Amino acid sequence: MAMTMTEKILAAHAGLSEVHPGQIINAKVDLVLANELSAIVAIEEFSKIKGAKNVFDPHKIVIIPDHFTPNKDIQSAKVAKKVREFALEHNTLYYEVGRMGIEHVLLPEQGLVRPGQLVIGGDSHTCTYGALGMVATGVGSTDIAVAWALGEVWLKVPPTIRIEFKGKKKPWVSGKDMILYMIGRLGVDGAIYSAIEFCGEGIAELSIAERLTMANMVIEAGAKNGVFAVDAKTEAYVKAATNQPYTVYTSDPDAEYAQTIVYDMDDIEPQVAFPHLPSNTKPISQVGDVTINQVVIGSCTNGRIEDLRIAAGLLKGKKIHPRVRCIIIPGTQKVYLDAMKEGLLETFIQAECVVSTPTCGPCVGGHMGILADGERCVSTTNRNFVGRMGHVTSEIYLASPAVAAATALRGKLADPGQL
Amino acid sequence: MIEGGVWKLGRDIDTDLIIAGRYCNISDPAELAKYVLEDLDPNFVKTFKPGDVIVADNNFGCGSSREVAPLTLKAAGVAAVVAPTFARIFYRNCINIGLPIFEILDVAKDFEKGQRISIDPGTGKVTNITTGVTFQAAPFPAFMQKIMDAGGLVAYAGEQLGGT
Ligand code: SF4
Repeated sequence: MAMTMTEKILAAHAGLSEVHPGQIINAKVDLVLANELSAIVAIEEFSKIKGAKNVFDPHKIVIIPDHFTPNKDIQSAKVAKKVREFALEHNTLYYEVGRMGIEHVLLPEQGLVRPGQLVIGGDSHTCTYGALGMVATGVGSTDIAVAWALGEVWLKVPPTIRIEFKGKKKPWVSGKDMILYMIGRLGVDGAIYSAIEFCGEGIAELSIAERLTMANMVIEAGAKNGVFAVDAKTEAYVKAATNQPYTVYTSDPDAEYAQTIVYDMDDIEPQVAFPHLPSNTKPISQVGDVTINQVVIGSCTNGRIEDLRIAAGLLKGKKIHPRVRCIIIPGTQKVYLDAMKEGLLETFIQAECVVSTPTCGPCVGGHMGILADGERCVSTTNRNFVGRMGHVTSEIYLASPAVAAATALRGKLADPGQL
Repeated sequence: MIEGGVWKLGRDIDTDLIIAGRYCNISDPAELAKYVLEDLDPNFVKTFKPGDVIVADNNFGCGSSREVAPLTLKAAGVAAVVAPTFARIFYRNCINIGLPIFEILDVAKDFEKGQRISIDPGTGKVTNITTGVTFQAAPFPAFMQKIMDAGGLVAYAGEQLGGT
């Protein structure tokens, strides 16, 4: 039977020769990720599983405290402490503050996620790793607890939607704009329960960083996972990160897709998602006059060195608007260090931005940049839900690092091409 | 048999609305329940009666994987959630922790706040007691039913490990 990449990877992990959409399988997982918020609930559930004393394989379990760390208050410190103790007791992979980064920036960088794998994570943006030609999806804490014990997860095989980007990027268009454009058209539930397979010339020309950004946000269209074919760029990226082996799967030419959608790159300009849904997108030429109080550049969506380079390129030698607070959050310690070596940190500080240690921080409304009532923020993150970043009347506008940096300079939503 | 008052919510109710990120460093469900749906309706928690049922439109529970979202609803006393579609992580979390959910196409327009609803979890028959109209929920796949029959995924995993 002809199969898609997603179907082949799921079949291989379920020990089956073929699977079809809608089928429920028990699949072996290659890696189980949890952050401190999902881990704290999973630890409780794990303790309730009769007969579970040890985890199935400590080398396939990774725990990363990144949401409320470095701890923002006593409550978070207690959570982090319990999670740390569990990780140490079971000898799992664990990244402490100082070594940790935002989970979905850190795992690809560390070579822990590789083509052909099946990875689950107690975080909805686990889908990020699909950029590397694998199946990765978010699950809940009970799923994590059970996967810790059994090394398995139950999954429903998703139908696959094929999305082709035809043509080449216009200036200042990035993977972030392409995924916002797609979500704007599909809606926040347009790909519900489905896999999205990206293809076309517009995808081939993207850097791995941009593909990670795109895969990161497929959940914002309701998808289970997003997947990209492995090419020379993928292999170079993975080989630079690890010498562990990996398997390349490709979709059969006659595989069945639930739907094929084609977008023309000529129609795509930089995008902004207005409050309060990621699907509420407008092209930058039509955003009007929107003054901004805060800009955040970082997160698992756009906290990579490539993102910081773009922002620094626009900010170099300039000062941000006097009414704007601009918060830059490198995704990992390595990104931080690279930004330092390349002089980007100096550019940011000279431009009067603040640079934070890696953390989810404001993205999840935790700390490091919470919004007051009525405040507006342009953010390179992935969600602009009501109250996500602070007060219930605050507003979040999602955009690329280029649009965010241009906005920081202008004090209102701005087109980087018009500076 | 589940029977209670109806709480009508719209579409795309996300997990940040169900329980805001700022509370996610709390892990006690009873404590979390004090803030349930706070950013959607600050009065919800004061007026909601344990045993009431949420009827929502498409894509209920979209957004984060936080299992505290269904746990909070459960702790607040939500007896069940009925919607045309659920976001997939929320859906599996409900199966895994035992918050009853029912998928019924076009259900949202037939219910209003303050009506009464009854649900037979065994058959998936849902009745708007106030209007007398009945609906049939989509049946659960056999495997999910097995998890629910075992009392949730944790109990099911215990059986797999031969624990007693
Ligand atoms: S950066 Fe934001 S979206 Fe990404 S893992 Fe952290 S909280 Fe979640």
